[in-house]
Amino acid sequence: MALPNKPLGELNAVVDPEIVEHECDVLIVGGGMSACGTAFEIGKWTDDLKVTLVDKASMERSGAVAQGLSAINTYIGENVIENYVKMVRNDLMGVVREDLIYDLGRHVDESVKLFEEWGLPIWKKDADGENLDGAKPAPSLREGGTPVRTGKWQIMINGESYKCIVAEPAKTALGEENCLERIFIVKMLLDANKANQVAGAVGFSTRENKVHVFKCKTAMVACGGAVNIFRPRSTGEGKGRAWYPVWNAGSTYTMCAQIGATLTMMENRFTPARFKDGYGPVGAWFLLFKAKVQNGLGEFYANSDSVKEELEKFMPYGASPVTPTCLRNHLMINELKEGRGPIYMATDVALNAFLDERKEAGMDEKKLKKFWKHLESEAWEDFLDMSVGQAGLWAGANVEPEKVGSEIMPTEPYMLGSHSGCCGIWTSGPEEDWVPDVANDSRSHKYKWGYNRMTTVDGLFTAGDGVGASGHKFSSGAHAEGRMCAKQMVKFCRDNADFKPELKQTAQELADEIYAPVKLYHEHVGASTAENVNPNYCKPAGIMMRLMKATDEYGGGVATYYMTSGKLLGICMDLLRLLREDAAKMAAGDLHELMRAWENYHRIWCVESHIRHIQFREESRYPGFYYRSDFPTCDDENWKCFVNSTFDPATEEWKCEKVECINVVETDPWM
Amino acid sequence: MDESLETDFALVESKFNPIEEVFLMPSYVDPSKCDGCKGGDKTACMYICPNDLMVLNKEEMKAYNQEPDACWECYSCVKICPQGAIFVRGYDDFVPMGGQVHPMRSADSIMWTVKFRNGNMKRFKFPVRTTAEGAANAYPGEKGANLDDECLLLEADLPTPTMVP
Repeated sequence: MALPNKPLGELNAVVDPEIVEHECDVLIVGGGMSACGTAFEIGKWTDDLKVTLVDKASMERSGAVAQGLSAINTYIGENVIENYVKMVRNDLMGVVREDLIYDLGRHVDESVKLFEEWGLPIWKKDADGENLDGAKPAPSLREGGTPVRTGKWQIMINGESYKCIVAEPAKTALGEENCLERIFIVKMLLDANKANQVAGAVGFSTRENKVHVFKCKTAMVACGGAVNIFRPRSTGEGKGRAWYPVWNAGSTYTMCAQIGATLTMMENRFTPARFKDGYGPVGAWFLLFKAKVQNGLGEFYANSDSVKEELEKFMPYGASPVTPTCLRNHLMINELKEGRGPIYMATDVALNAFLDERKEAGMDEKKLKKFWKHLESEAWEDFLDMSVGQAGLWAGANVEPEKVGSEIMPTEPYMLGSHSGCCGIWTSGPEEDWVPDVANDSRSHKYKWGYNRMTTVDGLFTAGDGVGASGHKFSSGAHAEGRMCAKQMVKFCRDNADFKPELKQTAQELADEIYAPVKLYHEHVGASTAENVNPNYCKPAGIMMRLMKATDEYGGGVATYYMTSGKLLGICMDLLRLLREDAAKMAAGDLHELMRAWENYHRIWCVESHIRHIQFREESRYPGFYYRSDFPTCDDENWKCFVNSTFDPATEEWKCEKVECINVVETDPWM
Repeated sequence: MDESLETDFALVESKFNPIEEVFLMPSYVDPSKCDGCKGGDKTACMYICPNDLMVLNKEEMKAYNQEPDACWECYSCVKICPQGAIFVRGYDDFVPMGGQVHPMRSADSIMWTVKFRNGNMKRFKFPVRTTAEGAANAYPGEKGANLDDECLLLEADLPTPTMVP
C-alpha cells in the first residue's frame, strides 16, 4: 500500500516552472461582469493598443454571476438618478462617495440595454399589467418596453445564462487570443523607475507548470469581493454554499493595497439575511411576492411599536421607507437574541394572498389554476436561476413554499463593494466640475485626480467590488463601471505614451516567490507519512480554517452575534499576525493547492485590513453587520467620515485616517 | 396571459417510487456516462468550473470533483456536460437525502426537474436566451467620439446632478 504522502491533485506541481513573459499596453485582471464590460468597451476607443485579459477561471462562467441571476438590481429607467444616490446613501448609513454613485447611475442603463440586445431575456409587463417572461414578444427596453419592477430599482430577468451572454461579446470584441483563462494573477507590480506607477502583474497557470509575468502601462483589477473569511454557519461540505461566490478570495483588495492603493471603508461588511443553509435569495420574496417575516411566536414583528422605537435610534437612516439592510438585520438579531427565533419568511401567507386576491376579483377556476402555475414557476425560478442549492434543500426537505414558510437567518460576514456593502479601494471620480474639489495634496483625501476610477496608484484602475464607498451597483453597475475603466485606461495610455514599464524584480525572482509553496512541499514532504501533517509546513485548507476561527471568535462573526470590541480586535490582530507568518509556510503539492495557498494570502491581508478599520472606527456604524461593545452606537458627530488606509510598500507601514465625506446630492429632504 | 404560457411553463406533478430512482446517490460523475471528453486534455467540466474543482483522471479517463466542500452548486458542470454524466447531491451537512434537482439546458431554454424526498416531482421550463449563440453584437468597428469626456459608446449628453445641497 502506498503511503499517502503524495500530492492529492491530478496536476502535480514541479519546483522549476516554465516562465512566460508577456507585454501589453492594457492588462485586465479578472473575467467577471466588470472585466467583461472593459473588454467590450475598450476597442471602441483605440485601434492600436494591445489589451490582454487574464481570468482565474473561464469567462463564460466566472465571477459572481457564474450561476446566473433572477433579477438585475440596478436599472434606473423612469427614476431620477439623484434618488438612486439617496437610496444608496441611506442604505449604507450615510458614508458613501455620492459622486461615484451618481456617475454609475448615469451609465448603468446602457449596460442593461446591451444585455437585452445580446440575448438576455428581460421580463415585461403586457397591456393588462401581467408579467411576460423575457422570451415573449414585447418592445425592448431601448424601444420603451416596460420591465417588471419588483422594487424601485430592480427588474426581473430569466437570467440562467446571464454571464454566458455578457461574456460572449466581451470575448469577441477583445479577440479570443487576448483572453487568457485559468491563469491566477496573484501580485500586481510597481514600476522600477517611476514611483507609484503600476507596471505589471504576475500569476501562474492552474493547468500547467507555468508562471506568467506581464508588463503593462495600465491595469484594471476586478476580481470580486472576499468569501470564506469568517467561519461559515455550515462548516462541512456546506461551506461551499457561500452566499457570495466561494472563489472570491479578496484578491482585488489585497493585490491593489500591496502596491500602495488606498483602501476605503474596509470596516464595512455584508452579512445578508438569507434562507437558512441554502442561502437562497430573499429579494424576490420580499419585493415581488410581498412576503413578510414572522418570529418564532408567529408575530410579524417588522411593524411593531418597539421596532419603530428602535429604528428612531438611528436617524435619519432608520426613518426611510425602506429600512437600511444592516438595520433590518439588527432588528432580526434582536429577535433572535431575545429567544424569539426562529425567523420565518411567510412564503405560504404571501403566495396564498395572491390567490385570494384573484379569487375575490372573480377569477374562474381554470384561470386561477393557470395563474397559480405561473406564480409557482416564478417562485422556483428565483432559486433555479441563481441559487440552485436552495432548490435542492427545499426538495430534500419536502418544502413546498405555498404550504409552509422557510427559515431565514443572517449569514457569516462577507466583504464586497458592489452589493449592499461598500468596502473597497479609494478611486478618483469623474474629472467634472460637480465632483468635489478637495484642497489636499494627498489623493487619499481627494475626490478626483484626472482619471475616473483610477486608484491612488498611477495607471491602476478598479471596478465592481473593487471600488469602495459606492455599493448597490450589482451586476449591471459592475459592467458599466468596467466600461468606464476601459475608456479611462485608453486615455491614460494616450497621455503617458512615453512610459516604458520596467519591473523591479526579475522574472525568475517572481517565479521563485510564486512557487515557494511548491518548493517547500518538495523539500519536506518526506518528513512524514501523511502529506497533510508535517512539522515543517502547513496546508492551505488548515490555514483557511484557522483564519475563519480567529475572525469568528474575535472579529465579530456569527459566534458572538457579530459583537466585538477593542480588546477582542486586538487579540484578532495578534492571531492574524501569527497566521500571516505561518502562511509563509504553506505548502502545495499540486496546482490546485497552489491556487488555494495564494487565495489564502489574499484572504489574510484583506481580513487584516477589515479588522484594522473596525479598530480605527470607534463607533458601530453598521448595527446588524457588526457591533463594537465599547462603542455601541452609530456616532454621526464624530464618525460621519470615511476611514481610508494606505500601505506603504517601501516602509511596509499602514496608515489609517479620517477622510471628509462630502454630499453631492441634497440632504434636505434626506430621502 | 396567452396560451403558450401553458406549454412554456410546463409544470408537471407526479409521484414516483424513490427506490427505483437512479439519480439518488451522493455527488458524482456517473462513470458509465463520462467518457473523459474523448481523451482530450481538457474535459468540458474542467473547462467550465469556476472554482477549478472538476479534474480528469487520465488513467481511468473519468472526471471527478476534487474538492466537494468548495463546490458552490452552481451547476455549470452539470449544464455543460455533453454526456449528461454529472449530477448534484445536496451538501451532506444539511440537506436531507432523496431530493434531486437536475437541468437540461439547450441554446434557448432550460428544463428543470425537481424531485422531492417524498416522491413528488415538479418540472419547470424557462427561457435562457433570445438570440442565437454567437450572435451577440460586439459592435465591431464602432468608435466612441471624444476620449476626453465621460460618454461611453452609444451615450451622449450625460446629465449632472441638479438636486444639489
